[in-house]
Amino acid sequence: MTISEVQNNIIEEFSFSDDWMDKYNLLIDIGKDMPVIDPKYKVKDFLIEGCQSKVWLHPVYDGKLISFTADSDAIITRGIVALLIKVLSNRSPEEIIATDLYFIDKIGLRQNLSPTRSNGLLSMVRQMKLYAMAFQASKK
Amino acid sequence: MKNVTDIRADFPILSRKVYGKPLVYFDNGATTQKPQCVLDAVDKVYKEYNGNIHRGVHYLSDMSSEAYEAARENVRSFINAEKREEVVFTSGTTGSINGIAFSYGERYVKAGDEIILSRLEHHANIVPWQMMCERKGAVLRVIPINEKGEIVLDEYYKLLSPRTRLVSVAQASNALGTILPLNEIISAAHSANVPVLIDGAQGIQHGIVDLKEMDCDFYAFSGHKIYGPNGIGVLYGKEKWLAEIPPFQGGGDMVDKVTFEKTTYNELPFKFEAGTMNYPAAVGLASAIDYVLSIGRDYIASLENELLSYANERLAAIKDLTIYGRSEHKIPTFSFHIKDIHQYDTGMILDKMGIAVRTGTHCAQPVMDHYGIDGTVRASLCFYNTKDEIDALADGIEKVKTMLV
Repeated sequence: MTISEVQNNIIEEFSFSDDWMDKYNLLIDIGKDMPVIDPKYKVKDFLIEGCQSKVWLHPVYDGKLISFTADSDAIITRGIVALLIKVLSNRSPEEIIATDLYFIDKIGLRQNLSPTRSNGLLSMVRQMKLYAMAFQASKK
Repeated sequence: MKNVTDIRADFPILSRKVYGKPLVYFDNGATTQKPQCVLDAVDKVYKEYNGNIHRGVHYLSDMSSEAYEAARENVRSFINAEKREEVVFTSGTTGSINGIAFSYGERYVKAGDEIILSRLEHHANIVPWQMMCERKGAVLRVIPINEKGEIVLDEYYKLLSPRTRLVSVAQASNALGTILPLNEIISAAHSANVPVLIDGAQGIQHGIVDLKEMDCDFYAFSGHKIYGPNGIGVLYGKEKWLAEIPPFQGGGDMVDKVTFEKTTYNELPFKFEAGTMNYPAAVGLASAIDYVLSIGRDYIASLENELLSYANERLAAIKDLTIYGRSEHKIPTFSFHIKDIHQYDTGMILDKMGIAVRTGTHCAQPVMDHYGIDGTVRASLCFYNTKDEIDALADGIEKVKTMLV
């Protein structure tokens, strides 16, 4: 699946209800299914500091694709993290750098990625792109 | 006495909906909503008589200056200060405390001196003193708290020493709601010839503040926490202190004579009001004070006490919910945590139910450290809140639990 297809699927999945509680329940479920980060990476080096909820993110680059594992101490944040991983994990650095994450807005979670929300998610997207840039540079 | 329905009708924002649900506004500790009369008063300044204060010879400047000085008199009378010279307008509590920390420090604090704070302080009553102590080589001493979230007076008495230069404590804790024993704190300090600053950010809006009775040396509060506009606050200081300490900002209006060799300062309180002050907000604050007086401070306190005990009862009945701050003497502020649920998740879900709470450390990290937690959910109520809203919160918390546990 292309990145756009994954994003469109997520948008489709979230369109089943306008009720926020339904959407949060779905996010909570998605968070439970996320590939869990190895506990040894839940350390300061991989911590993305938001003011309120913590996010740990660990990248692996096999020379072609980058895969991510992650976790958060807040459950809804973990759900959003899981969505980002669905979209951006197992992609090439070029793809990750170029991706416009339009699904966030479409499923109504834009405010969770705004600089005024101190939950570390915006930093997480930045960090994913920074890893991609670093891996891309290491290839050359 | 106005009933709560009528009181709520005075605040336009309280009738709005968020996410299609009626707004339950429980973040009054962060900022309060404004009654229509305050909005009108500020609007009127800009529409009818806006002119910079204390400067012009013209009509509008005169009117603005008069309204600004009338606002000062209004504040003076409200807090029962002795003189208008003792009432300085600032940008808010933070501005007031920063100002005093600087000016008092410049005048009185030397290396090895000590400033006493309590563990309950929010960052606005910690960081300015830390900055001053670093500059002067002075030391902060901290009054500890017990498990109920009350300061330990005996430990405070032990901290007072000949090295103590000032005591600065909150009237009430923003994170836990504890009301501090100000009589004991102030009289012990005064017996040791130490002046006291009271941070009234969470005190001014609950009950009656009478500074003659309280007898503190400095008092700070923010207009926006007592139903007034943002960007205006008050620094009260006893005249003898304000006369002795240097200004904390230089600029227009605070001067008497300026030459490049030497500047002499204006008389009190103008010495501390450099540059263009936020006079429209001062007028709005005066209107907020009139409003509070028209409702009645005793009546406000009785409404809030009812809310306090009802919320205590409702929250205590929720399984796996821990309330932090169990003092008998509290403002209607509740900090709590639900077992195994991150406060941020709780706040996000409550938000979507239309319930506005604050989550996190509430700018009081030392308080959170005391309990070994990284944050709480805080519901801070005031007189315009209702028991129905408390029920909505309690139901909301149950819903959060079913979703997340």
